[in-house]
Amino acid sequence: MTTTIIWTIAIISGLGLVLALTLYLVAQRFKVVEDPRIELVEKAMPGANCGGCGFAGCHAFAESAVKAPNLDNHFCPVGGNDTMKQVAAILGYEVKEKAPMVAVVRCNGTCENRPKVNEYDGSLSCRVKATLYSGDTGCSFGCLGCGDCVAACKFGALSMDPKTGLPVVDESKCTACGACAKACPKAIIELRKKGPRGMREYVSCVNKDKGPAAKKACAAACIGCGICVKTCTHGAIVLENNVAYIDPDKCKLCRECEAMCPTGAIHGVNFPKPLDKDAVKARIQERQKKAREAAAAASEAAKAAAGDPVVNKAEVKVIKKEESNG
Amino acid sequence: MARRTFSIGGVHPADSKISRDCKLEILPTPPVVYIAVSQHIGAPAVPVVAVGDKVKTGQVIAEPGGFMSAYIHSSVSGTVKSIGPRKDLSGNNQVVIEIAVEGDEWVDGIDRSDTLVTEIPQDPKAIIEKIKLGGVVGLGGATFPTHVKLSPPPGKKCEMLIINGCECEPYLTSDFRTLLEKGEQVVVGTAIIKKALGVDKATIAIEDNKPEAIDHISKVVETLKAKSADFAGIEVMSLMKKYPEGGEKQLIDAVMNRQVKSGGLPIDVGAVVDNVCTALAVYEAVQKNKPLIDNSVTVSGECFPHQANLVVRVGTPLKYIIDYLGGVPESAAKVISGGPMMGKAISNLEAASLKGTGGILFLTREQTKRMPESSCIRCGKCAEACPMGLEPFLLNRLAKAGKTDELEANAVQDCIMCGCCLYSCPAGIPLLDIISQARGQVMGIMKARAAAAKAAAEAAKAK
Amino acid sequence: MDKILVSPNPHLHSKTTTSVLMRDVVIALLPAVIVSVVFYGWKELLVLAVSVLSCVLIEYLITRYCLKKASTVGDWSAIVTGVLLALNLPPTTPWWVVFTGALVAIGVAKMTFGGLGQNVFNPALVGRVFLLISFPTYMTHWEIPQGLFGVDAVSGATPLGAIKEGLMQGATVPDLMAQHGYSYSQMLFANIGGSAGEACAIAILIGFVYLLVRKVIKPWITLSILVTVAVVSCIFNMADPAQFTGPLFNLLTGGLLLGACFMATDYVTSPMSTKGGIIFGVGIGFITLMIRYFGSYPEGMSFAILIMNSTVPLLNKWFHQKKYGRA
Repeated sequence: MTTTIIWTIAIISGLGLVLALTLYLVAQRFKVVEDPRIELVEKAMPGANCGGCGFAGCHAFAESAVKAPNLDNHFCPVGGNDTMKQVAAILGYEVKEKAPMVAVVRCNGTCENRPKVNEYDGSLSCRVKATLYSGDTGCSFGCLGCGDCVAACKFGALSMDPKTGLPVVDESKCTACGACAKACPKAIIELRKKGPRGMREYVSCVNKDKGPAAKKACAAACIGCGICVKTCTHGAIVLENNVAYIDPDKCKLCRECEAMCPTGAIHGVNFPKPLDKDAVKARIQERQKKAREAAAAASEAAKAAAGDPVVNKAEVKVIKKEESNG
Repeated sequence: MARRTFSIGGVHPADSKISRDCKLEILPTPPVVYIAVSQHIGAPAVPVVAVGDKVKTGQVIAEPGGFMSAYIHSSVSGTVKSIGPRKDLSGNNQVVIEIAVEGDEWVDGIDRSDTLVTEIPQDPKAIIEKIKLGGVVGLGGATFPTHVKLSPPPGKKCEMLIINGCECEPYLTSDFRTLLEKGEQVVVGTAIIKKALGVDKATIAIEDNKPEAIDHISKVVETLKAKSADFAGIEVMSLMKKYPEGGEKQLIDAVMNRQVKSGGLPIDVGAVVDNVCTALAVYEAVQKNKPLIDNSVTVSGECFPHQANLVVRVGTPLKYIIDYLGGVPESAAKVISGGPMMGKAISNLEAASLKGTGGILFLTREQTKRMPESSCIRCGKCAEACPMGLEPFLLNRLAKAGKTDELEANAVQDCIMCGCCLYSCPAGIPLLDIISQARGQVMGIMKARAAAAKAAAEAAKAK
Repeated sequence: MDKILVSPNPHLHSKTTTSVLMRDVVIALLPAVIVSVVFYGWKELLVLAVSVLSCVLIEYLITRYCLKKASTVGDWSAIVTGVLLALNLPPTTPWWVVFTGALVAIGVAKMTFGGLGQNVFNPALVGRVFLLISFPTYMTHWEIPQGLFGVDAVSGATPLGAIKEGLMQGATVPDLMAQHGYSYSQMLFANIGGSAGEACAIAILIGFVYLLVRKVIKPWITLSILVTVAVVSCIFNMADPAQFTGPLFNLLTGGLLLGACFMATDYVTSPMSTKGGIIFGVGIGFITLMIRYFGSYPEGMSFAILIMNSTVPLLNKWFHQKKYGRA
């Protein structure tokens, strides 16, 4: 009996030893020699393998970053500047800091603002729906509400709000990897600079229809009236294809456009105080009145000087129109 | 004798040809038409009229915007009101030419009489030019410019012309009525296309659920054969009813026993397929100088009380057609442009008809509402039904996993979107929805790869 | 008209849904069920009732409270599993053994894989084999059919079991056949000992024809099993008639028909392509005979099907439908 036990133990131990040795030798023989920095860089990465950097995953990013002459084409949106600093330190490169970004849903076509005009009966996928037709509301540009972006998000930062039928971004979780923006067939989601303390101002609409059509489809649509463009004193807003866009680099977060927007298509988020629309409007009107007086005075002066009365007629007209709208 | 049909897959939805006894009826001209500049596969046509211009019926209002494009003619006489974007039947903006109708004055030179002209031109080039000028496109669904189809690339020889009279989609009867009422014209059109292609044989293929049409066309062919040598070689073939028999690839398989290779064209196996309505349009364009300005539309559905087969001017608002027949029935839940298997659901009834609009179909909620999706039971019914021999269950799974290379290896690009898989799936899985997305994606990848390979080859050559 | 519906094509759908298919299988099993109840009496009815009810209940509880989704019992698949399990058990099986079998079939073989369509092995067979290994006493206690109102239960062995036993003791096949008085007409029309579903070959064939007519299944898998069993057993029988039973005996005994018609053709656990199905069937037929001839169990169908179930993913990978326009 004892000998059996001893034999069993001996054979099993021996077998284990032989196998371990074989494994070790095989591992040595087929070891892949890799630049050790790749592993270091990969360790510094967030490891989400989200592909937000444009590479297949964190390892591919690390491989490419080690080979690259500088880090200009490599930026991990998930890890952000901290990660990139670490990577740069490992590789001895300079790193250019980038402003943190966040995904912004540019559609405010809630169930209330944008009533449904037909019933979609296909599979629950924005891509399928977008290929088929313009959507179950009157707006052919807005959110389709099937949640492709939610499915694309690897960080759980997106969710559908059952009340509005629109996706909601959880800013604390969003890494700006851009997966949602790629998944959205309507290109509604934009990666935007987070802004100071998260404060930012954006047009929450991408409807390119002319004003009346846009307004008919959705109460909160940008109708391309151009009031914001004229209100903005920083030249941050452009109006193209009947839809306004605020350049985050130029925007000074004065929120005047938001106050003036007739449909409420411009949104400001993370501001410490709610927007006092009337006060801002009054301020703007005061300023415009002054400007008008100044312009009138200038034109008087110009008329007196050169005798050309037509110069500012168009501008005056525009301002008058604005007043009637506001 | 075994009934002839295609060899792989297929399904048997109920025939439902409830409008088969409704004679072709000419729809009164609407007060305004919206003629889209893109009514065919390929580049949109370029408008050659301006707002405020007076146009006559049959006048060219847009010219081809490229090699693969077609002329577009005014279907009415009146004044051009606007040229610009308007929402099409799926709610997306398309450029249309809006014409307010004033009277019905036709362009000179169009023969509007009913006399049958059986002497056909002998010069293929002249025929093709006339077809091109007539703006004829394939009316079987794909709206492929016919003059392009009839000019095979050099080195390819057509052996057989197939005229597609299968009308395998349930409900649709416009091809059937055309065969019955304009059979002579269709056969003469067939002879013209045959001449243009320089081919000896032509087969008019008709499914055996339309015995009247088979009899009638056979008689017409016999009579015309006796008259002129131009009609020699035209045969009528009866095919077993099975969907999608009218699919180009399936029809070639059924008629000629040949299969088009993946990514290939029918001409690769010596076939050219045209619809019976296309043959009629060719007849009118070549013999009567009448461009493609109207087409036959089946308006049907069990819930629709006034089924009809209408001859409709291109650009007629769908709502006008429907209102002419009594309006949208209360119980209708879905309106479809085309047949129930491959047609497109209409979300915007304000949209106007196109050259390729073959039917307006009303289905009730019970008939058409999709059932809730349940799990795949791996019954393989989708694979059994697929006329291309694909495995939709597998493609669906691969598409969901985003495996584009495996999708390509499993031939997702061969899908003809006939809908047999989704029709037959007992679990109600939206197979075709997902597969058609994957198909588009894979075809894009293949195209990019081909372009890259071409560029590389050219670069190598340049060196 | 309310809001119009919009969806991608096709806009029509065939009337055949999962529940319709499964209900057809249940209808096809009815002849076998009726025959078994007639022959084995109320005991069999109890086994059937316990099996079906517990399968449905277990599936309901698991989907509702473990997976927390909508219950899937409406698709009839649990009922199919319940009936098949019952037909694979001896009519004398105690109710708690039947319940355990149902628990393993639904709980382990089906739901742990993710429910209908996801399981690798046929649930009813897994349940049966589990019971066969765990409770051999109950599972090998066969009863000679006594009819609906029979009182005296006569225990006995199945033909396969009796022959195996006899062969091990050195007897020859023809002797044993004569000794037990087995006749093929008896096997065809019932009255042989065994699990409920083995009792009547004709009842099972009626169900099979119904499934074919309703286009629920294709005949290829079943036919390839039957042909393989016939051919292989014919060869062995001709080589040594004293040691190996003949084709007709093998076809008609031991639940081979029930397995070939209803268990091997289960959608979920059989290959999709025709070619794959034929290889699957050949494999089942061959393994069954090998177990019967050379194994220690008298009956091999359940094991053969389960073994071939495990090859299905490979068969699906290797064999595809013929594609249009591709060599």
